[in-house]
Amino acid sequence: MGMTISQKILAIKSHRDRVRPGEIVLADVDLAFANDITAPMVIDFVNSLGGKVFDKRKVALIPDHFTPNKDINSANQCKVMREFARKWKLPNYWETGEAGIEHAMLPEEGFIKPGMLVVGADSHTCTHGALGAFATGMGSSDVGFAFATGKSWFKVPHSMRFIYYGRRNKWVGGKDLILHTIGKIGVSGALYKSMEFSGEAITSLPMDDRLTMCNMAVEAGAKNGIIPPDDVTDEYLRTHGVKEWEPIYGDDDAEYSDVIRIDVGNIEPQVAFPHLPENVRGVSEIKKDIRIDQAFIGSCTNGRLSDLEQAAEVLKGNRVAKYVRLIIIPATVGVYREAMKRGLFDVFLDAGAVISTPTCGPCLGGYMGVLGDEEVCISTSNRNFVGRMGSPKSQVYLANPAVVAASAVAGKIVSPEEVVK
Amino acid sequence: MKISGTAWVFGDNIDTDVIIPARYLNTSDPEELAKHCMEDIDSEFVKKISKGDIIVGGYNFGSGSSREHAPVAIKACGISCVIARSFARIFYRNAFNVGLPIFESEDAPVHIDTGDMIEIDMESGRIKNITKNEEYEVVPIPEFMRDLIEAGGLFEYAKKILGVG
Repeated sequence: MGMTISQKILAIKSHRDRVRPGEIVLADVDLAFANDITAPMVIDFVNSLGGKVFDKRKVALIPDHFTPNKDINSANQCKVMREFARKWKLPNYWETGEAGIEHAMLPEEGFIKPGMLVVGADSHTCTHGALGAFATGMGSSDVGFAFATGKSWFKVPHSMRFIYYGRRNKWVGGKDLILHTIGKIGVSGALYKSMEFSGEAITSLPMDDRLTMCNMAVEAGAKNGIIPPDDVTDEYLRTHGVKEWEPIYGDDDAEYSDVIRIDVGNIEPQVAFPHLPENVRGVSEIKKDIRIDQAFIGSCTNGRLSDLEQAAEVLKGNRVAKYVRLIIIPATVGVYREAMKRGLFDVFLDAGAVISTPTCGPCLGGYMGVLGDEEVCISTSNRNFVGRMGSPKSQVYLANPAVVAASAVAGKIVSPEEVVK
Repeated sequence: MKISGTAWVFGDNIDTDVIIPARYLNTSDPEELAKHCMEDIDSEFVKKISKGDIIVGGYNFGSGSSREHAPVAIKACGISCVIARSFARIFYRNAFNVGLPIFESEDAPVHIDTGDMIEIDMESGRIKNITKNEEYEVVPIPEFMRDLIEAGGLFEYAKKILGVG
């Protein structure tokens, strides 16, 4: 019995010929990182062991959640991170204004390669599986352990294979594919498992959309999401400064706990209703008006250049509805700069949208767009639990950038077709 | 070792945003986090509970974020342990790492009501409902986790690997 791509990476990194689902392995980590809200606990752990990290090139500290500093406490958390980076002269530390949201910035800056084992103190670390790496989120102590020892322990997961076939409809992208999938299997449908995405509809999917899909694997309870490397992966790596890489692939006779085939031709833009990402419906199934107060385009899920371009296509020549605010946050400084260069900011400003420096802010109800009582938001982010974006009495719907942009214009949740000029 | 306390029962998918809302993640101080445990699902929770009480959940307890602040908040507000039908994977690891005892049981959460007096024997791994005079099975803790606990936790394991004091 062969191994799946996820199992193979764990086998190689734990120096074993083979591993089986259920086994516990201690594996070498290629990259470990944390952000401003998780780093203080990571640093405590490492400091208690002397403070030295196992390899300066293989750890990273990225301020993105409550930065630029949301309040005094947040500023002090960033200080802890900054001082640690300074003390140990860590090369992979970025100041606000240099980088952006961890899961958008790391691939963009060429830190992620196929076959790597990546652990991050953030649940959306699974994003990086889009580049054929085994990437998983953990708590601060586990990442502190990785910072100090260069290793992490894993229970080898079963793999679920999702095969997407057919041709995508207009306005349907990675966000819709993953929302549809989570709607199908539920928020614990992939609990403790590896979600492997493949099929013709994946090989024709641009990298930004792949990153979006893998980003939300955790919302189905998965340990990781992963897409076997192909030409699209190679092209992305080449154009993002990666000089050499050694991809790892699963065996042809690998065994999966589930094989699920999905016809993407049947998928229209999807909307996840409050208060779970599995509460998914097609946008055309919304018969009653759902009025909104805020629309948010950004986050590690959909804050990349193609997401902003899609939003601009819908917003061009349109204005945000009265009494509605649209907040647009490019996920990295690179995206911010390029979006500005391409004139997307003019479209956004003409529409009456807010544009912010990269930050996770509103996604987790931090700042830069918190929701008040009874307010309704449609967002390109990844979670809509109770109180996620602010008041426990608020409601969050999740969708792709085109649907969110269109809804901002209409003042209610609509298909992009109803708005685009 | 025995744990005993009053049960506080919640449903499925109790997520980390409900356990400790993100707006409070501008600190790692357990005392501060403790004040806001379960706030968005029950704003009076921390006032109602007594030290040693037990949280009981359904499937997928602790889903969502990797924030270690979640089991830290639960432990710091005085809760002695969590019983659930299943746990989300990152929460599961984090709970062990911070020393919050957790017990997986298919039956217990179905039969326990808020207010029931519960007793857990850590060695035998059985949950006793004193109020209802019932007993429930617990999924045995995996050997690796037991070894980790016996070794003194993740930190001690790290010291062993680094060969330090």
